[in-house]
Amino acid sequence: MKDSIEKKQSQRQSALRQLGIWTAIWVASQALVVFGGLLVWPDSNLIKIGTLLLNVVLGLKMILANRHLFKKLDELERLLQLEALAWTLGLSMVVGLAYSTLDIINLIPFDAEISYLVMFMGITYSISLIINKKRFE
Amino acid sequence: MKNKIRDLRSTKGWTQEDLAKAIGVSRQTINAIEKGKFDPSLPTAFRIANLFEETIEGIFEYREED
Repeated sequence: MKDSIEKKQSQRQSALRQLGIWTAIWVASQALVVFGGLLVWPDSNLIKIGTLLLNVVLGLKMILANRHLFKKLDELERLLQLEALAWTLGLSMVVGLAYSTLDIINLIPFDAEISYLVMFMGITYSISLIINKKRFE
Repeated sequence: MKNKIRDLRSTKGWTQEDLAKAIGVSRQTINAIEKGKFDPSLPTAFRIANLFEETIEGIFEYREED
């Protein structure tokens, strides 16, 4: 039993490392798409589409790595993640649509950018996770 | 759900970290189970019971209000 537990812990470390690597690669590819498209190949739509497709594929790999790590978590950790994800999904939908509506009905003087929603999701997820962890301490 | 994991663990001289490693969960999970804030799954409850050579009912006390 000890061997299988040690194996499980080592698989978990490996899954965490893989997620870190795929996240870093995906972020780098995002930078490649944006800065490459604006500064290096502004006239080549073919390269723009190619790098964008690469970015999406790498994003999918990152999602799969996250799913793989999720399977390696223990029952409490899964519950914490699930609750944080539920809050993030729910609040992002409600707040995101409200924010978009502000733009549609001209209550804000600027465009409702998706980057703000992504930031909101990251902050919501982090805060939810911290609160949930405190609850079970 | 109440349990006597903390007492059994202390008898053996183990830390939460030791028990967590032996069971294959995180230290936070052991802490939450000991404090009754989180009810373990059946496989985890069996692993704990087997480790302490007790029955599940000998370690965990279930009451309807839990």
